[in-house]
Order: sequence, then structure tokens, then C-alpha cells
Amino acid sequence: MARRFLRRATVAGIAATALLTSAACGSGFDDDAESSQTSGPAALQILIGSSGEAETKAVQEAAASWASASGNTATVTPAQDLVQQLGQALAGDAPPDVFYVDAGRFADYASVGALEPYGDKLADAGDFYPSLRTAFTRDGKLYCAPKDFSTLALQVNTDLWTKAGLTDADIPTTWDQFTATARKLKAKGVTPLAIGDTRDRIGAFMRQNGGWITSPDGKQATADTPENLQALQYVKSLLTEGLARYPKQLDAGWAGEAFGKGSAAMTIEGNWIKGALQNDFPNVKYTVHPLPAGPKGQGTLSFTTCWGIAAKSKFKDQAIKFVEAMVSVEQQMSFAKGFGVMPSRQAARDQYTQAFPADKAFVDGAEYAQGPVNAPKMDSVLADFDTGLQGLDRGDPKALLERVQKNTQAALAG
Amino acid sequence: MATDVLAGPDDPRRAAPAEPPRRTRRRGGTRSGETAAGWLFVAPVIVILGLFMLLPILMALWVSLTDWNGQGSPFTSRVPLVGLDNYTDLFTRDGLARQNFMTSIRNNLYYVGIVVPVQTALALFLALVVNNRMLRGRGFFRAAFYFPSVTSSVAISVVFLFIFANAGAVNRLLALFGIDGPQWFADSRGVLHLLLGALGMDEPPRALTSGGPFGLAWWDWLSGPSVAMCSIIILVVWTTSGTFMLMFLAALQQVPETLEEAGKLDGATRWQRLRFITLPSLRPTMFLVLALGVIGSWQVFDQIYVMSQGDPAKTTLTPAYLSYRTAFRDFEYGSGAAISFVLFLIIILLTLGQRWLLRERDSGRRLRRRADRSGAETGRRS
Repeated sequence: MARRFLRRATVAGIAATALLTSAACGSGFDDDAESSQTSGPAALQILIGSSGEAETKAVQEAAASWASASGNTATVTPAQDLVQQLGQALAGDAPPDVFYVDAGRFADYASVGALEPYGDKLADAGDFYPSLRTAFTRDGKLYCAPKDFSTLALQVNTDLWTKAGLTDADIPTTWDQFTATARKLKAKGVTPLAIGDTRDRIGAFMRQNGGWITSPDGKQATADTPENLQALQYVKSLLTEGLARYPKQLDAGWAGEAFGKGSAAMTIEGNWIKGALQNDFPNVKYTVHPLPAGPKGQGTLSFTTCWGIAAKSKFKDQAIKFVEAMVSVEQQMSFAKGFGVMPSRQAARDQYTQAFPADKAFVDGAEYAQGPVNAPKMDSVLADFDTGLQGLDRGDPKALLERVQKNTQAALAG
Repeated sequence: MATDVLAGPDDPRRAAPAEPPRRTRRRGGTRSGETAAGWLFVAPVIVILGLFMLLPILMALWVSLTDWNGQGSPFTSRVPLVGLDNYTDLFTRDGLARQNFMTSIRNNLYYVGIVVPVQTALALFLALVVNNRMLRGRGFFRAAFYFPSVTSSVAISVVFLFIFANAGAVNRLLALFGIDGPQWFADSRGVLHLLLGALGMDEPPRALTSGGPFGLAWWDWLSGPSVAMCSIIILVVWTTSGTFMLMFLAALQQVPETLEEAGKLDGATRWQRLRFITLPSLRPTMFLVLALGVIGSWQVFDQIYVMSQGDPAKTTLTPAYLSYRTAFRDFEYGSGAAISFVLFLIIILLTLGQRWLLRERDSGRRLRRRADRSGAETGRRS
């Protein structure tokens, strides 16, 4: 009995050792350089970073109707954490064929060769807003098609506005007017502005003063300039004077929540605030206006996402067809109605403003909007900038910009 | 029994007279068989641990020496090998990587420095209370103290977020006493900074705002854990002390009652009995608790991930979270792996240091002798 057991154990042990060795060195870590295009019906894997139930459903329906019309299959998976899941999929050499790429992350993916630059193969790529095309262009190549976009604008709470005795004439269009109006609101005991404590909000002031963190081509660090300094000093003065507050100081997760609760009369957010207010604070009445212009004119920030296609996808041709279907004017308008995003095509502009006249300020922003920093390895630098902005009310803007300048230079060089 | 069966058809009873020499002869054979069998028995565990622990660790070590960007496999010839660059970036090169890493080390030093002593003391205190035979409803208290430890740390963290919200329970309570509570998770100022501010010293002394080791100013090193970090510390002390209480309790129940009674007979006071009888017999458990505490608190991750993600102003950034963020957010897998290996070294060194500090020395015996003597003296005196 024991002899049999011993024999079995020996066999098991040998098998296990063999398993270990095969796992350790047998699986062939050297991967093939390029995966080839496969023709015939494709099984597309699509990974999306969904904003919610509505978006997931809309994309799933659109993908299903494309699949049945073209004879392929398309599986849409909403990611829990897109950046992390995508990172693991790329590292594991099995990326989804099509996935969302945030403009702020675009350069990271493009620089390591994860994205297929398919912009040239798209039928009418010239129709996308120029600022959105720039956001997804690297070394002169348009990598992917923007799926939609958002811009920042000024939201004004109608009730608090009239309660403070202000009229439409008081809606600020310049920094000076903004300061004056904010002082009036503060005198009535209302917090004038709730503003998010990141470069994605405060950066708009830098644009209005003609500054930005990098040069337009994304190759030079331009953080430490007089323009940026003046902009940050202006924001700092708003904060120290109590004319602006960060959401956390108003006990809110983000500025939109503070605005919805009526903790502040104004906020600077993108068009996503529409849906959020509808869901959480349906009774808030508000109007949307362009951001007040700075000394160097109007400026706002745009945020966008594109349909990235993996360089390692086996179904690139079919994936491009899929993306073309997703960015068609009709499809974008149906997405706009489904979950409130703005179409990335200029051809859809009139249709959109007709359907959503209240969003004019957001759409108009596309003309003078600045996209996220388009350079790789900048995420930690910008996170560090945000850290500085969180303490802007008692920090030194000059020292902060010097730090950002130094870190940006290091990131762009490496 | 196994040897009997291995002996085969020979009936051991019949072969009784020849047994002694045969046994000695066989013993060698059985022993060598035992070794092989032993290896076979542990083989599954070795394989599993090797496959799922040792191998990944070695792979990560390799990644920490490369500049792998997360595309494809890190074990191809196309992945650039950078040697120790990822490590030197953390210590010697002036840049964001070092600044972030040193900030996280500072945060975690304060975290460990507060959490470990406080949770150990609290756990010991709770164990002593619950071990008291005079206490009524001991079972209830034992369960109540242990309860936070068995609850999911994510769930507890979320509850704490509500409790420490600006208009949350803690600040309401403070408001009852007329205290204006801080904005717990938005306040990045160090506690030491706040204390000095209360004394009228609002600006850091000029000498401390620059210089300092590893690119972080002295003031940054010395300003203490931030208010946000303090609330995480409170949370962790509360949740983990239950587990350690259980360990102390188990050890306390191993302390023979006779020792305690002997101490009483000798007239030792309650404090003396605790100091010279109970605590020395808890020494192994104390080492266990301290070691586990240090290891656990250097690795703190889930509370940070759920509650603050390193904010405000990086004051809750810890090496474990930074390693995750560097690798999976910034795609700098090499740097992220390097951080985790430095963390691993820190933990190993600290645990070895602790073992050395708490080793069984003569002092233990000396203490006991001193206890006896002092007990005897008090006995004589009374």
C-alpha cells in the first residue's frame, strides 16, 4: 500500500517539477514581432471606460447593430478601471482590439507603440474639430478618431443670483468683472465660486492669460512663464479673498456637487454637469455661459477620448470600419441623446445646437479650447502640479511653477 | 507502521529474536527513504509556492532592472536593461521620482512610528481588561473589541470617510464642545506644524526650509503626519488592535496562575506583578505582535487606496501605494518594482533589528531575579 503511494507521490512530484520548469522557461517569452491581419468575420473585443449605465447600454447597442450589419461579432466590456485593465492587457500581450483612450493618456500609449495610427485611413478625418485632432496627433500622424468631447464653461445658479440682487448683466465676461461680481456675492454671504483643485480647471485661467504647461508641439516645457504666474496669482487671490473655494472646503466630492447643493453660486465644469445635476439635484436652476476672458482673450480646456485600435490587433481593418460607424454623424447624435456628450464632428454641430440650445457655450468653446498636455510620462508631473494647486491658497505660485518646469523638462527629456 | 509493511511477507512477530540487529540495519535505509518521502510530501507546496511566489518575485526583480514599458513580455531582448538606475533614481538623482519616494517614506515613518506603539499598547491593555476574571460579560467585550478586525477594511474605510467628513460625526461632536474641527481629508498641514502654529509660530524657521537629506527640506521631514494621515492612523489602530488583543489574550492565558499567586504571596503590588511577571512571559508574543505590526504598517495600501489615494498634497502617499501608482498608472513598471524591493528590504531589516532587540538575553533572568528579590523585600517589609 505504502509502496504504491510512494510511487504515486514520485510521479506527482516529477510532474510538478516538470510543470515548474515548463512554466519557468518553456513558454517562450519571445513574442512574434507583428501579428498579422486576419480576414473574414472578426470577433472584436471592445473595452470602454464607461461614464455609467446609459453609456454602456448605448455603446453595446451600437456595437450590436454594427456587428449584425457587417457580419462580425463585437463584444463590449465596460472597464472598472480602464487604465489599469488596459495596462495589464498590453503587458500580457492580449490587448482588446478597440478601446477608449483618454487624451491625457494618449501620448503614453502612442509613444510605446501600443496604438495603431489609423487616422489616414478614415474616410473624412478632416471633419473633426482641429483642437481634437491635435490632441490625438503625434509626430504629425493622427492616431485615432475622437469619439466626443467636452469643454469647460461657467455655470450660474439662477436662484442664488437673483437672491443676491444680480441680473444677467452681471454675468462676468472678463476677469475684472468676475472679481467685482464675486465680491457682490460674497457681501451677501454666498460663496461665489466652487472650483476643482486641479490643472483641469485652474489651467483654464492659464490659457486665458496665454500660458500653458507645454509648448503647442508638446516638446518644450513652458510652465515657468510670467503668463502662468499671473494666472495662478489671480486664482490665488480669489482663494485667499474667499471668492473661490475648493470642493473639499465646501464638503463636496467635486465642484458640481457643491454647486448642486447650493453651496456656491457659480462653478466651472464641463457638459457632464448637466446629467449629474439632473440625477442628483433635479431642482437646481442654472444657466451656462462661456468662461470669463482673461487679459489674452478667451480660453477653456477640452477633454476628449478617442477610439484607439491596438497595434497588436488581428482585426485592424474591421476595427477601422467599426470606428467609422461609431463616429458617423448619426451615431454621434444618438450617443449625444443617449448620454449627453458632444459630437466630435463639425458636421454634427448644427444638429447638436438645435437639439440642445442650452449647450451653446460648451460647443462654442471648441474654437478656443486647449486639450490636455500631449506628451508621454507627464502624468506624475501633472499629479505633482495638482498637489501644489491644492495648497495654492497658502503656497508660492512662483516656486510651484518652477517645480513643474523642472519636472516637465525631465519628463520630456527622458 | 510503514516499515512493517515495507518489510514485506516477513512476519515481524516470527522474526522477533533477530530483531535488534535488523532494526539498526534497517534504520539507515528507512531514514534515507524518509528524506525522499519528506521531499515528496512537501513537493506540492514547494511547487505551488515556487510557481506563484518565488518565480513572480524573481520576475519582478528582473523587471526592476529594466526600463520595461508594459508592452509585451519583459523577458525579450528588446527590453532595455538599465541596471540599478531605477534604484539610484530613488536615492541619488534629484527628480520627481526621488521626491515622491522620499515623501512616501516620510509619511510611512510617521505612520509606523505612531501606529505600531499605539496599537500594541492598546491591544495589550484590552487583553488585560478582557482577561480580568472580575469583568462581567467578558465574552461580549472580547467580541466587541475583535469585531473591527473581521470587518472588511474597505467597508470600514468608507464608513470612516463619512465619520470624518467636514460635517460628519467627529466634527459635530467637536462642535458640541465649541471646537471647530479640521477638514480632515483636505488638510495637508502636519500636526507638528499645527501645534507650533497654535503657539504663534506660523512660518517655518528659515534654517529648516531648505537643505535636508534626499531632496526633501528638513521642515518637510519634521512637520509631522498630516491631519488626513492622522485620521487614517486612528482607523488602523482601531481595526488592528483587536487582532493583536486576541494574540495577547492567548498568551496571557498561558501564563501559569501559580506565578501570579506566588507574586501575590510575596507581596508584589499589582504594577510589579504586571511589570516583572506578566510582561516577561509575554515576550515571544510581544515580538510577534511588533513584527506583524511593523510589517503590516509598512505595507499599508487598501486604506490609502480607498480613502485618499495619496492626497491631500501627497501626505498620505505610502511606498506600497506609490509602487502601485508608478507601475500601473504611469507605466513605469521598472521604477514601481524597484520601490517594492526597497520596501521589502526596509521591512526585512526592521524585523531583523527587532529580533535582535527582543532576543532572549540574560537580562530576562536578571529581571526575574530582581522581581523575586524585590518581592521578597516587600514581603519582609510588610
